[in-house]
Amino acid sequence: MSKLFVARNPRVAARCLDGEMMIMSGRDSTLFTLNRTATILWQAADGRTPLDEIVAARICPEFEVDPDTALQDAESLARDLAGHQILELSEQPIGQPANSSEARR
Amino acid sequence: MSALMFEMSEKARALGVPLSVQLDLTYRCNERCVHCYLDHEDHGEMTTAEVKDVLDQLAEAGVFILTLSGGEIFVRKDFFEILAYARQLAFCVKLKTNAILIREKEAARIRELGVESIQISIYSHRPEIHDAITLVAGSLKRSVDAIRFLRSQGLKVIIANVLMAQNMQDYPGVRALADELGVECTLDPTITPMMDGDRSTVALGVGHDGLREVFRDSSLVGNADEFCAIPAAPEESELYSLPCSAGHTACYVSPYGEVFPCVQFPLPTGNVRTQRFLDIWRHSDKMKEVRSIRLKDLTTCTQCTHVTSCSRCPGLAFMEGNMRGPSSLDCEKSFARTGVASANMLAKAKKQNVTGLVQIRAAADLVAVSA
Repeated sequence: MSKLFVARNPRVAARCLDGEMMIMSGRDSTLFTLNRTATILWQAADGRTPLDEIVAARICPEFEVDPDTALQDAESLARDLAGHQILELSEQPIGQPANSSEARR
Repeated sequence: MSALMFEMSEKARALGVPLSVQLDLTYRCNERCVHCYLDHEDHGEMTTAEVKDVLDQLAEAGVFILTLSGGEIFVRKDFFEILAYARQLAFCVKLKTNAILIREKEAARIRELGVESIQISIYSHRPEIHDAITLVAGSLKRSVDAIRFLRSQGLKVIIANVLMAQNMQDYPGVRALADELGVECTLDPTITPMMDGDRSTVALGVGHDGLREVFRDSSLVGNADEFCAIPAAPEESELYSLPCSAGHTACYVSPYGEVFPCVQFPLPTGNVRTQRFLDIWRHSDKMKEVRSIRLKDLTTCTQCTHVTSCSRCPGLAFMEGNMRGPSSLDCEKSFARTGVASANMLAKAKKQNVTGLVQIRAAADLVAVSA
């Protein structure tokens, strides 16, 4: 099975408020808020770490969830966010790595 | 404001997070608008490095919406460097500009950097009116050209139409121009005093009849009878609400690093050149004082029919001498809207009679001095 890489779309605006990320779409100024799981995924989406590693390292320990189910859910979430142009998805590592310290803000 | 943004604002308020900040990069300007409240001389604006440091601090404080304004932002040669830095920090950036320095290249760069929206001041659809307000020949054409360049990049543009006696009759033309350009249009009939308290600009406003005309225009306000209805007496709980977001989820940073509750509220609370932004935001006594005020604490206004429906601006009230007091400009708006004089207006009318007595006393004092 091929790896899936996720990267934050640099065109969006984002800020973390009380553990939940606010995202303003660069396409149409729609405001989104991400729940804690999606926020973790967003913050870890550096374009270089494969999704399965993000799930194993960041999501499973946080939520004590079965790894296969968590990966399925994360893939579904990532595709949903990509549909809103909040995340970029690829089977290859993506572009310039975003500054992870900025993503946590 | 969308329901989600309102929810986020409420959350930010509860957490003490400044969700929205306006940062003026300069007071210098390439227009000389007759109603402008600023001193355009450069008295030592922040350097590029200082501005970047402020942006770092604002991001750390949780600021999400960053409005870059002035003065005219594009007169700063480092403007795009600052904008790029702000976007690296993932702010939702809004620009306020007259746009006369925006051509195709600048519009493309703004698009590339992911700016959320650009607000552009247009006073009239007629050059002879617009240019007579900006005091720059050809400025309307240049601003409208800029709007076309920005729109061709797919950017969101908002025309800000400030109304004065001079351009009052042209707002339908400006709205038609906005429609033609495919942009939003906001209308503001408030002319504010100068930052130094000089109120001479206020005389340029549309006056009572102009305000009435605007408030009765159903194309602007929807159902005019509903909009202009006399408000019901407030519920007790409504008197515990906040006057506005200044100092709660929003504040303003000047080109000199001064932090104020709002661009229209010149109460100095600290300076980022000598203090950390978060220290000012969290610990300034003045910021805390602004934050402590509820509608029930207002002098005069708590007794007013309009207390919960008035657009009362605490900053304008402060400029009149008391941040808990009335803002006469907003009293005039409430009066024009409903036909009911505000408590402040009634008190002033009463005071005018007292002024006559003061004059008699002054004459007596003169006699005493002569003797």
